[in-house]
Formats: sequence, structure tokens, C-alpha cells
Amino acid sequence: MDMKMKINGEPVTLDVPPNELLLDTLRTRLGLTGSKDVCRTGDCCACTVLLNGRAINSCLIFTSEANGSDVLTIEGLGQNEKLHPLQEAFVEEDATHCGYCTPGMIMSAYALLQENPNPTRKDVEEALAGNLCRCGTYYSAVNAVLKASEKLRPDV
Amino acid sequence: MRATAPTFEYYTPRTVTEVLKLIGKLKPVNMIAGGTDFVPAVRLKGFRPENVVSLVNLRRELSYVTLKGDTVRIGALTKIRDVQRSEHIRKATCLHEALSQIGSVQIRNMATIGGNLCNASPAADSAPPLLVLDASVEIVRKGGRRTIPLKNFFLGPGKTVLRKGELLKEITFRPEAGTASSFQKLGRTRGEDISTATAAILLKTDGSKISQARIALGSVAPTPIRAYKSEKELVGKTASEVILDAAAAKAAEEAKPITDVRASGDYRRSAVKALVRQGLAQALERARGGA
Repeated sequence: MDMKMKINGEPVTLDVPPNELLLDTLRTRLGLTGSKDVCRTGDCCACTVLLNGRAINSCLIFTSEANGSDVLTIEGLGQNEKLHPLQEAFVEEDATHCGYCTPGMIMSAYALLQENPNPTRKDVEEALAGNLCRCGTYYSAVNAVLKASEKLRPDV
Repeated sequence: MRATAPTFEYYTPRTVTEVLKLIGKLKPVNMIAGGTDFVPAVRLKGFRPENVVSLVNLRRELSYVTLKGDTVRIGALTKIRDVQRSEHIRKATCLHEALSQIGSVQIRNMATIGGNLCNASPAADSAPPLLVLDASVEIVRKGGRRTIPLKNFFLGPGKTVLRKGELLKEITFRPEAGTASSFQKLGRTRGEDISTATAAILLKTDGSKISQARIALGSVAPTPIRAYKSEKELVGKTASEVILDAAAAKAAEEAKPITDVRASGDYRRSAVKALVRQGLAQALERARGGA
């Protein structure tokens, strides 16, 4: 089917079968491989992207269902030359080991900070609760999000 | 692209009226709401729908939580996270607690409350709290509607009373003054897991006496169930250790659990006893706290 979306701010026109996963459209059709393909059951959240500003699992939605929507992936957040403060904080806090869960973690954190620029540790833990990390970076990831939230706060 | 699965006819009607026309006509037909169960069923479990009617365009029409008079109304396509965060739900403590523990933030941003009910999983976490809140569901079809108590909605795993051409439109309940409630969930991990067993408790006290009791159980029978015999153990009695223990034991008798990958039937039955006991204690404490 023919459809239109905005991906990382850019209008995109697509012709996809109605049963294609948003994750596959992003990774295979559009070459946006930052969103990771792991469990395909919604259990690990490595494929987290923002759909109309909200964190979702791109492995649990048909692209057709996102017709007319805004999608933000990790590629839309920062570039190699200029990282987003969240990405910087993950580097500084050594919050990535193998790195496979990191894009999902950062997108979950980004969605949280959009809604709540001043989160508590508990808020961050809840926002990242779905993002599984087999290296066990949870503690430093939460620290990184809290650090980024301080950097991003406009005042003080 | 991964293995290309055979696809389906895909429809995106714009209004409830258009949906009803389509689902009355198409055969066979499946509807997709939040998709968190539907999509993996298609992609991973070999489910092959022929006609899929997407409800995505109804998200504005049927996405709301309102308080009108004494009735809370929830549109069937409201995201779990939006219901969870609505001010009108806060006082229905057991519902708020249950919804907060469904999946991850991501899942709660996608899944809808109507989907959670229509999917009719015995483990649907929204069901036990809505059962103790004595919720009703409004079902519409082309040229008609009916409202039934939620307790009559489920028929078995994956089966509801919804007939050909019918759509769940709205869930309603009346928060009753002076009641206190609690939701207890046991999973393999704390949160983020399909429930092994759940219990929702709603109590009203009159001095030291329990004047009203509703208990519902999840994941321990073919459908979410009310534990009527357990409720009877409580009503009109003065709350005591003995009475609460007896009610919890009765609830365990009423459960009809199966053994599966998550737990054995025996374990689930023991869990029901503990969950109901804990839930009763918490609901009583909340009733006394005047909350």
C-alpha cells in the first residue's frame, strides 16, 4: 500500500505490504539500522523508536498502521560529529558495553525527558524498565539519563 | 526483508459507522487495535488473517477517559498508558495499580484497554480490577447496541460474547464512595511479565464490619473470574485474621488453574490464597486510612 510518514523530520513516501513491520521498513528498506532487531516480541525494547512523540516497539507495529505519523529513530537524535546530550552522557558514564541495547535505551530516555525534563531516579528506572541489557549496564544507564537531564534543563 | 509472509486485505475505515459496515460484511474478519498481540501472532505464530480491519483511525473518536455524573467512561481504543495516567482512574486504586504493571512503557503506549479485554486472555491484567469495579461494556453493531456487565463478557481463552459485526466501544464503571481496593500480581519477575496469578480486591467497611466485598482473579481460570464464595465469607463479618484467612482459602478453592510454562496449577492455587490475603489486608488498611 502507498503511504506517507515523516521519519526523523523528513517526509517519506512508501509502498509497503500491510504486514511489514515498522522495524523492517526502517532497517531494510530505509537503511536506518540504529533501531536493533532482537526479540520481535516486544520483550527487549532494543527496537524502540518514537511514534508521534511516544516510545514504542517498532517490532510490534505494522508500518501501515503508522501511515501519516511522525517517527523518530536514533539516527534523528544526533550525528557522529555532534552527539545528543543523552548520547554524550552514555559515553561519559560508560553506559554502553556491547552497545546493542543502547539505541533503544536512549530513545526510551529521550521520550521520558520530552514528557518530564526533571525525572527522579525512579522515573528513569520506570522509563527504561522494558529495555533489557545483557551486559548489565542498567545502573550506569540510569546515571547517564539523570546526568543528561541536568545538562538539558534550560535554567540554573 | 525477512521471510515474506503472505499478506492480507487491509482496511482503514475512518469512523465507527464505517467500521461497523465493514465488519458486518467481511468474512472472515479480524480487527487490529494496539497490535501488541496481533502483530506477533501474524509475524511469529503463523496466524493468517484474510481481512484485517484497522481501528487506527478511530483513535480520536474512541480514545478518552471522562467522568460524567458518577460514571467513568473509557473509550475502547484508549491506550493503557493514557488510562493509567488519567485523573479519573486514580481513585480506582486497583485499576491504576494493574494498568501501571502491564508490560513496559512502550507496550502501554501501544496497547489499548479494549484490546486487552477483547483479546480475552485469562491473564489480561485490566480485567480483574474492572470486574471488582463492576464495570459494563457497551457493544455496538450496525443499527444497534447493547450494554452488558463485564462479568458476562468472557467465554473462554480468546473467546468473548462479541458476535459477528460487533465492536466493543466503551467501558464504564461507577466509583463507589467509601470503597477501597487493591491489585496484587505475581509474575516470574516483578513487573514486565505475563501474570502467573493476580487478584483484585474491593471492600467497603462500616465501622469494623465489612459491608461489601468483591474479589476477582486473573490467570487462574479459562477467563478472569469473580470469586463469589470468597466474597460471601466476608460480607457482614467483622474483619479478623480468621475471616480473612478463610476468604483467601475459599478463593483458592474457586480458582481452576492450569499448569503451563509459567507455573504449575498447584502453585497458582497457593498463589491465589496468598495474593487474596495480601490484597484483603491492603484494601482494609486503605479503607481504614479513609483514602
